[in-house]
Amino acid sequence: MDYSEKVMDHFANPRNIGEISDADGVGTVGNPTCGDMTTVYIRVTDGRIADIKFKTFGCAAAIATASMTTELALGMTLDDALAMSRNDVADALDGLPAVKMHCSNLAADALHAAIEEYLAK
Amino acid sequence: MKRIYLDHAATTAVDREVVQAMLPYFTETYGNASSLHSFGRDAKNALDAGRQTVADALGAQANEIIFTSGGTESDNLALTGVGKGHIITSSIEHPAILNTCKYLTGLGCEVTYVPVDSEGMVDPGDVESAIIGDTTLISVMHANNEIGTIQPISEIGAIAKDHGILFHTDAVQSFGKTEIDVRNMNIDLLSVSSHKIYGPKGVGALYIRKGVKIKPLMHGGGHEMGMRASTENIPGIVGFAKAASLAVERFESDTRHLTGLKDMLIAGVMDSIDDVTLNGNPTERLPNNANLRFAFVEGESLLMHLDMKGIAVSTGSACSSASLDPSHVLLAIGIAPEDIHGSIRFTLGRGNTESEIKYVLEVLPEIVGKLRAMSPLAGR
Ligand code: FES
Repeated sequence: MDYSEKVMDHFANPRNIGEISDADGVGTVGNPTCGDMTTVYIRVTDGRIADIKFKTFGCAAAIATASMTTELALGMTLDDALAMSRNDVADALDGLPAVKMHCSNLAADALHAAIEEYLAK
Repeated sequence: MKRIYLDHAATTAVDREVVQAMLPYFTETYGNASSLHSFGRDAKNALDAGRQTVADALGAQANEIIFTSGGTESDNLALTGVGKGHIITSSIEHPAILNTCKYLTGLGCEVTYVPVDSEGMVDPGDVESAIIGDTTLISVMHANNEIGTIQPISEIGAIAKDHGILFHTDAVQSFGKTEIDVRNMNIDLLSVSSHKIYGPKGVGALYIRKGVKIKPLMHGGGHEMGMRASTENIPGIVGFAKAASLAVERFESDTRHLTGLKDMLIAGVMDSIDDVTLNGNPTERLPNNANLRFAFVEGESLLMHLDMKGIAVSTGSACSSASLDPSHVLLAIGIAPEDIHGSIRFTLGRGNTESEIKYVLEVLPEIVGKLRAMSPLAGR
């Protein structure tokens, strides 16, 4: 598999792994294509993402995109975070192999689900 | 970084003795085995000797061996060469068999895929009850490439013989690792490959029992007794034959060595990591195959972490296949798709050492622990 150096870096040393015990929002998304799963936890302060953590069961691309997503989202306004797409994440990782593009949905979708859960409260 | 190759079911390094045996056939004895002059006769002698060696390794006669470009061609030649009407095979065959069956289905054949049990074993009774009036061929692999389960092919061969049906077996993984005797095992057609036994890539053979008529795939100059046209790959065949004779010579020491390392690996992993299961049959199994399932982690991630430590393995995870389909073998033995994700195949070889296995056992618990710590499935 031809992964970029950034993907390999985020895969080998993922940022923001873990859970937030009293999170303001939690989003879990499964990937129907291959059966993988990502959970994103957020804490919100003044309309911004003040803390973010994730857990992933999936391939190297799934782990790297989740890690990059949390890094990009940290400090963002909720609106900006909601507007973040899987392509933004893939671009920030210098691209993903075509067959792995579907994996990048996991993290972005889980982040959006976490924000929506927070907004619905 | 030190690199450790544990993917011998995929391919092997060519043995140095094999390379030495091949070398003169590129630059000195380079004749065409069909030519009448001395160059041709020298090549023909090498071809005949190679054919005899491979035949001896299988308990066959020299005129029952056809050299091919490898296991896939041998499987194609066997199935398309004799298969018509109804064919019986298993659900865990190599794609070279399954996709050839699909092709034959398109030509009007009917194919029955017999199931396997939870350890990957075919029940010969199922094969027998699948036989119908126009069954022409039974093809069941000798040992499975993913989980290493060894099938009761003597029994299946006997059933085929009783019913007057041809029996083919794909012995690509088992050749050199288990005893094969085509007569005692009632085998009519058998596929083998060179690059799985420390020989060169691009060469293999099909054993065709004397009297069995097959349709060729390749049409041309009448080589290989008219069954496989194309100028013979003499260096490849010489290398394959050398590899086969080494496999016979070293059979006992190889088996002891591989079994020892495999048992050490399986026991070591089970001791140091929780929630690990062995895929396949614990005893009826290739001596070099350890296919282990690590709950809560995904195989491609595990494979890549091992790769970063220099260790080469393979996985049945959907994430690692181009089609994103999980392994058909692991599905057939009844493993849930999410559990298939965490399956890793270690296949050991002649050159592996105890200290290499120790190193694997050192790094693996930490990698699995790290992946489990970030898995939303662990500890649920
Ligand atoms: S998570 Fe399965 S292919 Fe990426």
